[in-house]
Amino acid sequence: MEIAAHKEKNAFVVSAKGRIDAVTAPQFENSLFGFMSKGENIFIINFAHLEYISSAGLRSILATSKKLKEIKGEMLFAGLQDPVKEVFKISGFHSIFRIFATDEEALANIG
Amino acid sequence: MKVLSQIRLPARLEYLHKGMDFVTFCARGQGFNQKKILEIELAAEEALVNIFNYAYKGRGGDVEIICKLDKNENFMLEISDTGEPFNVLSVADPDISADISERHLGGLGVFLMKKLMDDVQYRYKGNKNILRLIVSKKK
Repeated sequence: MEIAAHKEKNAFVVSAKGRIDAVTAPQFENSLFGFMSKGENIFIINFAHLEYISSAGLRSILATSKKLKEIKGEMLFAGLQDPVKEVFKISGFHSIFRIFATDEEALANIG
Repeated sequence: MKVLSQIRLPARLEYLHKGMDFVTFCARGQGFNQKKILEIELAAEEALVNIFNYAYKGRGGDVEIICKLDKNENFMLEISDTGEPFNVLSVADPDISADISERHLGGLGVFLMKKLMDDVQYRYKGNKNILRLIVSKKK
């Protein structure tokens, strides 16, 4: 898995590429907690190039979101591909998170 | 029942990718499409990670993965360990309608496994936890 991140207006866009599984999920979670500790609290997670996510990745997302909620932040999602979308749907993540087709759409819906 | 191939690995997280590569290889050999292969990989990861984390309570052991076709030509992954007897199917389903603050971190892996496979069976036999992940061939 590869992670790229950049600031876009008042949000921090984090793109994850490849696979988030039990081996790579800690790296994903640590990155997000790292950005949070530097003061970022609005995240757009772009999964356009993520081909696979397992429950370890979902747990990382949930753990990060719980923390973000405490600091009045938010995590939005963009660009989910079908396999990841299916996992989000089964897990009920599509109803607890706001999911958009693109970063631009997510940016327009912050707050 | 026809055994296609099998592998035995130490039940540790650093062997996850080796186990998954084996599962992918088996599934691909049966002509499943990419979507189904990802679902099989996901179910297998959840089963393996549960074993890595809980089966041997820190004392170490192996996990065996066998790819089979049953008598109806359904694809079956039989994943077994000789750790503590534990029926993963007894794990309660997570409340998927709960809000972020109320949602618990556990239980999702087994839930995904059950939802993605056509059938999941557990039995304890000959000191082994045996978990069968089954995908109907006709789909």
